[in-house]
Amino acid sequence: MHILDFNKLSLRDINKTLQGSDKNSSFSIRNPKGSHALAVGINKRITVKVVGSVGYYCAGMNKFSDIKVEGSAGPGLGENMMSGNIHVTGDVSQYAGASGHGGSILVDGNASSRCGISMKGVDIIVKGNVGHMSAFMAQKGNLVIFGDAGHALGDSIYEANIYVAGEVASLGADCIEKRMTKKHLSNLENILSNANVSDYNTDTFRRFGSARSLYNFDVDNAKIY
Amino acid sequence: MKKKSITEPRTSHTFDAYTNSEIRRAAETGIYDIRGGGSKRNLPNFDDLLFLGASISRYPLEGYRESCNTKVILGDRFSSNPLNLEIPITIAGMSFGALSAQAKEALGRGASLVGTSTTTGDGGMTKEERGHSKQLVYQLLPSRYGMNPDDLRKADAIEIVVGQGAKPGGGGMLLGQKINDRVAEMRTLPKGIDQRSPCRHPDWTGPDDMEIKILELREITGWKVPIFVKVAGSRPYYDVALAAKSGADVVVVDGMQGGTAATQEVFIENVGIPTLACVRPAVRALQELGLHRKVQLIVSGGIRNGADVAKALALGADAVSIGSAALIALGDNDPRYQKEYEKLGTTAGSFDDWHEGLDPAGITTQDKKLAKRLDPKLGGRRLANYLNVMTMEAQTIARACGKNDLRNLEPEDLCALTVESAAMAGVPLAGTNWIPGT
Repeated sequence: MHILDFNKLSLRDINKTLQGSDKNSSFSIRNPKGSHALAVGINKRITVKVVGSVGYYCAGMNKFSDIKVEGSAGPGLGENMMSGNIHVTGDVSQYAGASGHGGSILVDGNASSRCGISMKGVDIIVKGNVGHMSAFMAQKGNLVIFGDAGHALGDSIYEANIYVAGEVASLGADCIEKRMTKKHLSNLENILSNANVSDYNTDTFRRFGSARSLYNFDVDNAKIY
Repeated sequence: MKKKSITEPRTSHTFDAYTNSEIRRAAETGIYDIRGGGSKRNLPNFDDLLFLGASISRYPLEGYRESCNTKVILGDRFSSNPLNLEIPITIAGMSFGALSAQAKEALGRGASLVGTSTTTGDGGMTKEERGHSKQLVYQLLPSRYGMNPDDLRKADAIEIVVGQGAKPGGGGMLLGQKINDRVAEMRTLPKGIDQRSPCRHPDWTGPDDMEIKILELREITGWKVPIFVKVAGSRPYYDVALAAKSGADVVVVDGMQGGTAATQEVFIENVGIPTLACVRPAVRALQELGLHRKVQLIVSGGIRNGADVAKALALGADAVSIGSAALIALGDNDPRYQKEYEKLGTTAGSFDDWHEGLDPAGITTQDKKLAKRLDPKLGGRRLANYLNVMTMEAQTIARACGKNDLRNLEPEDLCALTVESAAMAGVPLAGTNWIPGT
């Protein structure tokens, strides 16, 4: 385990070290002080533990890597990530997992608004609540919410799945509740199992997705647009 | 028998033939008109400016004997590998999806032949354009369709698209007719659906966030490649200042004559300001920050010839960018397809239903048979010829003004033909010392 300390190194030094490290290396980042753009653009199977809270875009655009934040994360956590895993033990701010193409994000606390916006294949698990407009224009992947969801959940959603165990304040345009089929139950179990989440009861979850009524323009839907 | 009127039928300026046809079309279809291209209005433009030329007070350079530099470096403020262009004319962002793969390849070939850059678009980077573009700018758009860190690292520059001149404040459109399997896969969306891209980025709002976004992109790419920020021409003074403050290496300002693959006609014609009106406020913003020439300014939107290039540079731009003109050079709206344009209810020169995917020239289409009509090698050669002609035209004007570098052209070399253009460009009305608004 290599220790990288913000009290001694710059952001550039730390990111350069992570991006250029050997496969299967492990790092512990100390004193992150809410730094932005930490552990981004990593393209290798490495393990990074951040001891403390981080700012914007932590673990953005990563592939393969395993990032754990022992603290909270600012906006844009794991934006456009392609694969690998992110685990945040605290809360996360807006746009977590925005446009993520793959991999998984696990948040032990709450996620703010627009969680999973434009997601394109990533799996996001939030053990607490999510804010308004979560899964806005979500294209692919899964958003699993153990707590409650804010207003306009899944607005203009495409082919992503949303699973919610708590209450939903309201659904956005073209997002509807769908039947929880065996296939989707199995999907939910796989997502949670892959993230090593065990303390759940799938019976409590409801599924939401696209009604697909806005996929092609229809003048009769003009009021919704 | 009724007596024949002795007066001519009087048509209305308010309800002219096009307006009436648009009212009928709206009543029939129930949907706004969607089309490609930029504004077709008769706007104040670079034609309203003239160069003064050298005489006794300044002397000219010899046309074919004294050199006139055309090279420009873009993005040397913070990046270690800026773009080194042979000419100050770049190819604007146009997506695979909106354009065929052959058209993207032709743009890359043409740009590379003359030593300039081309740009991706919504939907990501194709192997055709990367393979044939020596200098490729990768766009980061609100939709993030096809956004991939591997491609990001293959790019020679990154352009954060905040807005586009044809639709400031609006997102892109790619309608179902053009969403074939390859386009759908690159965008992670079902085949055949209407793709309406978001108008805002998913993970930031405002200039303070953008500064952090730029930091992230630099950290991902190791501070090697330049970061461009593209804004639509609406409030160029403030937008350029904010982009520069946020850490951009290059700012692109796109006026309302700039094209789009598809959006609402009402948007194209009624939102934004003409390119001519964008340049001086943008330059002033950089000058006041002490960043003119340090942060390079690219101007786009309706650039057509070397005179437009020279005028934009004289007003303070470092380079220009072309989109619609490049497509015309490839063969878009060519009269040889007149009969086919007529079948589509239009004419060569007026065709703008690019979103329907039926382009007879094989450029704005995903139809395999139509796309094959464009030979990428020949198209690339035509584009290179056109870019060379534009460059030589701009040099001709610069030498006549006594300048040995295109970027030595200055506002003092210009006068305006109309009060409006004099005010917008900040140059005197021809034959006077009067600059309206100063």
